[in-house]
Amino acid sequence: MTDAHDTSNDDANSGGGGELVPQEPIPDPGLPAHTWRPTDVDPKKEKRAEIQVAALFGLSAICTILFVVAYFTYDIGDNWHVIGGLGASTVALGATLGLALLFIGVAVIQWARKLMGDHEIIELRHPASSPEEDRATTLAALKVGIEEASIARRPLIRNSMLGALGLLGLPAVVLLRDLGTLPGDKLEHTIWGQGGRKIKTVENGKEVTVTVPKMRVARDAIGTPILASDLEIGDLVNAQPEVLFNPTRYHMEHADVEGVELQIHKSKASLILLRMEPADIKPGKGRENWDVNGIVAYSKICTHVGCPISLNERTTHHLLCPCHQSTFDLTDSGRVVFGPAGRPLPQLPLEVDEQGYLVAQSDFTEPVGPSYWERDYERDRFAEGD
Amino acid sequence: MMKSADVATTNGTEPATPTRSAKAAGAVATWADERLGLGTAMKKQLRKVFPDHWSFMLGEIALWSFVILLLTGVFLTLFFDPSMTEVQYNGSYDPLRGVHMSRAMASTLEISFDVRGGLLMRQMHHWAAMIFIAAMMIHLLRVYLTGAFRKPRELNWIIGCLLLLLGTIEGFTGYSLPDDLLSGTGVRAADGFMKASPVVGTYMSFFLFGGEFPGDQIIPRLYAAHILLIPGLLLALITAHMLLLVYHKHTQWPGPGRTEENVVGYPLLPVYMAKAGGFFFIVFGMTALLGGLFTLNPVWKYGPYDPSKVTAGSQPDWYMGWPDGLLRIIPPWETHIWGVTLSWNIMLPILIAPPLMLMVLIALPFLEQWITGDKREHHLLQRPRNAPTRTAVMAALITFYGLSWAAGGNDIIAIKMHLSINQITYFLRGAVIIGPIIAFMITRRWCISLQRHDQEKLLHGYETGVIVRSPDGGYAEKHLPISETKAYTLTARDREEVYTANGTADEAGVAAPGGKVAEVAKKIRSKLSALMFADNVQKPTAEELHEAQHHADHELHELEHQIATGPNKHGPTDDDH
Repeated sequence: MTDAHDTSNDDANSGGGGELVPQEPIPDPGLPAHTWRPTDVDPKKEKRAEIQVAALFGLSAICTILFVVAYFTYDIGDNWHVIGGLGASTVALGATLGLALLFIGVAVIQWARKLMGDHEIIELRHPASSPEEDRATTLAALKVGIEEASIARRPLIRNSMLGALGLLGLPAVVLLRDLGTLPGDKLEHTIWGQGGRKIKTVENGKEVTVTVPKMRVARDAIGTPILASDLEIGDLVNAQPEVLFNPTRYHMEHADVEGVELQIHKSKASLILLRMEPADIKPGKGRENWDVNGIVAYSKICTHVGCPISLNERTTHHLLCPCHQSTFDLTDSGRVVFGPAGRPLPQLPLEVDEQGYLVAQSDFTEPVGPSYWERDYERDRFAEGD
Repeated sequence: MMKSADVATTNGTEPATPTRSAKAAGAVATWADERLGLGTAMKKQLRKVFPDHWSFMLGEIALWSFVILLLTGVFLTLFFDPSMTEVQYNGSYDPLRGVHMSRAMASTLEISFDVRGGLLMRQMHHWAAMIFIAAMMIHLLRVYLTGAFRKPRELNWIIGCLLLLLGTIEGFTGYSLPDDLLSGTGVRAADGFMKASPVVGTYMSFFLFGGEFPGDQIIPRLYAAHILLIPGLLLALITAHMLLLVYHKHTQWPGPGRTEENVVGYPLLPVYMAKAGGFFFIVFGMTALLGGLFTLNPVWKYGPYDPSKVTAGSQPDWYMGWPDGLLRIIPPWETHIWGVTLSWNIMLPILIAPPLMLMVLIALPFLEQWITGDKREHHLLQRPRNAPTRTAVMAALITFYGLSWAAGGNDIIAIKMHLSINQITYFLRGAVIIGPIIAFMITRRWCISLQRHDQEKLLHGYETGVIVRSPDGGYAEKHLPISETKAYTLTARDREEVYTANGTADEAGVAAPGGKVAEVAKKIRSKLSALMFADNVQKPTAEELHEAQHHADHELHELEHQIATGPNKHGPTDDDH
């Protein structure tokens, strides 16, 4: 048991340290005595530990050899689905490599725990700061150096140097300019606007103005145009502009709708087509004739951060984004009914052409996809009116 | 304790005669020393002391998984082609044969299905990345909750926070590389985040993607960042982190013989080197088993990225879950003013919350230091209960993190538990604010009650479980004093003092400069100091301890007497312990 009186005397003696020295109610009993392990005192146990460690290394070596054997034994390629879809090769290689490594780890730690010296040793700490003397020397050296450089006495040199160095930041920024093209008005237009445009071509040596057909709505993936009569009430179709599948009809080149161009167009032009009871639709101002017999078309790109929206609630005509659960009401101009999206889904005005195919009256009347700084909300409302 | 004669003979008393290999090694060492001066450099380092505790291993997991990431990553670069050129896939995986995709996706499939060990390396790489970030987070919790971030280790705390940030970005750039449908959806969201940035947003997006989203530049650029830029920074910061660890020497738990002035433990050579090295193989081996036996990120099931497609239940890697959760539960706040759009629904959860969280983390040591005014070096760790407010702050942060993370799985929770996603979302909107406050209060009181329990044990001994009935029918439990070692360990901590703002003069009696601002700062500081310390239990003084023990001895004697004279003579006595 502690003798508390002694302790308090100790405290009184060291009280000059004030806050810095914690007042110990109990004196430090010091490091407990070292105790020998069974492997230190019993040669049999020591030998056994030695064999254990060597055996573990041996097991590791066996696993490594099995790894090499597995590498050359198991074919991959066509056998990718064997064993839980992982393939026999992956499973065998992983298991043998894993065990080979684990055995080494266990062996080394067993060696350290049972056979290596286990005396705890004490090392003294030193304050992180350098000794006062070193600090003074360094400061003096610094002072001499600055003095010899005469930077303090020559503000002209100092300031011109700082100016020159600062200006070097400019090339670092300017060099980044060619990372990409400027946004321009690219975010405000989609390829739907390519339908119905007037272009000038040369026919029989004469320059004529031709009107490109209005953009048909085509089924995603297969690209067939959609007749208004194809859709039953309740049908939902993922759609794309027909130009992506048939560019020549819209006087565009194949290269305009391939590779990176195709991805860019799809990221803005993707469409959800839905047929509902015409009576269910609550058309927005100026949108009275944007549907065709209850068929409405909305941008598939969420106005939150741009995920494609894919989950449809059939009874309510609510469309849910699987990324962040923004929910839009397709009976009511794509209004946000739930979730983080700040704007309604842009609607594409529809009509039918002479052959009864669904076509877009025009491009979207507002930018599709995520919001951005320059996006001018006032212009949207204006666009709704025209 | 055994006498040294009992020590196994192989431990040896005779010096071993140098073998030929030892002589050769000596020659090599001499050769190297004559050129590198290793003798001086290694003089102190070879037997450098590292204290032992299981919680000191958590940072090691992060370190070793980073090494595994480098090793497996190098293998993957040999086969991966970070190009967005469109190709038709013709490899072994038949469900996707004939499908158009980028070279990046096609080469990822090639690594998975046509390179032996390729899928193993890919999955080990991804598993190691998950473990890397998880281990960093748990290591951060350990360092914070034990007070290991205090002077002189604040800079290492900042480096650690930056490592966590860089590790997260490294993870995001990495899992985006295969250009599959899931990661492409993540990149699409990242494009939305950039576009939401005020003024420069669209320019950032167009410059990063090399034009309009998705462009054909993002994968090669992410690749450059993933294999060169960020790993370089990580490596530099990890090196600095390790060097500072060596310079400061590791913290240790208080206990007999362990003080602020020393470090007690095993020497680097051989024990610590063996334990740490062996642990590397264990982490490596576990990662290999995970990579070989547990699929993650099966990009072949998702297919190539197509901006018009998405899979239900799309989620980022787990460490991105919490900002994604905030993004889900934020109300649809957008401001349209002067012809521009401010998307608070993106800025708050993504552009503001995570950087703010990082800044809060970085600021924690300095905030605590300002409130306590403690400028001393600390090398002895504190138990979480002995810093109740600190522990409660972390509990609040963890609660915020956890609830935000849960929000990132609100769709999964709704489906699995048959709940309404709307109700989950509305609940979490409130919970992310109220939850941390409740967690703070509960944790703080919990810690204080644990402190009281410790004090109780110290002053009145531990509960033996022996109930004694006195002749007049009362019951009392017999308490016995705890061991000296335990008692010392419990009291090996500082006394805390609540800072009080005494007029305009500080502790040294000098009038505070700065006038009103300093005045207000002092008031805040004294309020925070009271909140931080006022209810804490301070260790007893020697007098208090002596008196309590005297009292306890007296009570014990009474009980002993009652046992000896009373009806139940079979209770244990002092001799049993």
